Amino acid sequence: MHLFLFLLFGSFCVGGAVNLLIQRKTINSALSLIVVMGSLALIYLLLGAEFVAVVQVIIYAGAIMVLYIFVIMLLNAGEEEPSKGSNVAKIFGIPGLFTGGIIGIWVLLQHRPAEKLIPIGALYGPADKVGMMLFTKYLLAFEVTSILVLIAIMGAVVLARRSNS
Amino acid sequence: MSALTFLIVAVIKIAVTLGVLLTVVAYTVWLERKVVGRMQNRWGPSRVGPFGLLQPLADGIKFLLKEDLTPPYVEKNIYLLAPGLALIMALTSIAMVPIGPIIHLFGISTPVQITGVVDASGQASDINVGILIVLGITSLGVYGIALAGWSSNSKYSLLGSLRASAQMVSYEVSLGLSLVGVLLMSSTLSLSGIVHAQLGTWFGFIPQWYIFRGQFVAFFVYMMAAFAETNRIPFDLPEAETELVAGYHTEYSAMKFAMFFMAEYANMVTVACIASVMFLGGWSGPPLLFLPAAVQAFLPLIWFSSKIFFFLFLYIWIRGTLPRFRYDQLMAFGWKFLFPLALANVVVTAFFVAIRA
Repeated sequence: MHLFLFLLFGSFCVGGAVNLLIQRKTINSALSLIVVMGSLALIYLLLGAEFVAVVQVIIYAGAIMVLYIFVIMLLNAGEEEPSKGSNVAKIFGIPGLFTGGIIGIWVLLQHRPAEKLIPIGALYGPADKVGMMLFTKYLLAFEVTSILVLIAIMGAVVLARRSNS
Repeated sequence: MSALTFLIVAVIKIAVTLGVLLTVVAYTVWLERKVVGRMQNRWGPSRVGPFGLLQPLADGIKFLLKEDLTPPYVEKNIYLLAPGLALIMALTSIAMVPIGPIIHLFGISTPVQITGVVDASGQASDINVGILIVLGITSLGVYGIALAGWSSNSKYSLLGSLRASAQMVSYEVSLGLSLVGVLLMSSTLSLSGIVHAQLGTWFGFIPQWYIFRGQFVAFFVYMMAAFAETNRIPFDLPEAETELVAGYHTEYSAMKFAMFFMAEYANMVTVACIASVMFLGGWSGPPLLFLPAAVQAFLPLIWFSSKIFFFLFLYIWIRGTLPRFRYDQLMAFGWKFLFPLALANVVVTAFFVAIRA
């Protein structure tokens, strides 16, 4: 049952990602990205990391993607114009994709025996455990990230501020 | 409990909850028309059935039989997707709400909550990130409105949905933060756990609800943010009929319009459920020992539904009382007043929780 659900949500995720690339309309691509985020959250849920799953939905699907959609609506971005005359993608892209894919698979196969396989449902991630980890073991990383976010917020305020002229 | 029993119980719970929710939605519309009518010194619906009680039924039939018009200039797929999305997101979050305690029926014990089960020790338990799931579903509800306005390809719709999404994203922050105080005090994210943390009473009759334990500022912030989240007056800028025709659902007709309408009222019910669970003790209440035993058994359900009724009436009352905000006032109110207030409440609550620990 778990394996079936994993395959189902995994195929949603990959399908959404492929659809994101091949769609011409910006809004359809954005919607496919939401599908990707949602199915990733469901896979986290299958692994037992319920807090991470819900946060994934709230932050990515509920906040960040809303802003994407917002921008698309404001700019009213229509259909993309397919570019003609560029053969770079055909000459380098397809061989590059193959080489990259083969290297990726090779690396994964090389490392697979060394890594421990995680069975589905093995990660137990309730909110209090995650919070404990953030405020003890990973405190430095957490604080550094918060400073980074603060800088980003201030940058956004400076950029959005009206000039006094 | 075997898998088959579990499945049957789950299906029954879903069917009953959905049926009750849709009935409540239909009769909230009736109540709103009736109460606002009385406030404006007129009768409200009075022709269909006694006191106009069959009016929701007549409205439903009308919605089904009206011509379902799809304008030729819309983005068809998204235009059709949007009302369904809005309604599904509005109806889903009720599954997390604990409506009552454990009931024993035909030898089966189960809590009155769709996602609730009885665990090994005989206690009611549910998803331990319940409140976050409700917030997540609420944040996904924006898409129904945003996509409806965009795909309609009309200026009024687009303006309405831009306003709605900006407003919902802004007020979601205060809404989430106002709940943090309660979460700090109850130290759980599970909704039935939060209800269980409020079960006791002082002097035998004052219930230990969080609103009486210092969270009244949070309650105020939550109610304000909830009005904005559900796009109700005085925050109904997205569908301001004086400037935007009907906002994001201008181009929708018949059942598709009804789906937006139902989504709005279902959201009101959900918001009222969360308010009563977080601040007013959910199905708990002061014990009324003088009542006969048969009534005592239904007391939790009576408490819960009377709290919901109180919130729904408050919605209608405020609709009949207050005028609409201007849009800059709305944004300033959300970010410059509610947000700092919610933040201050979190800091003060955290301070007191830390002292007590």
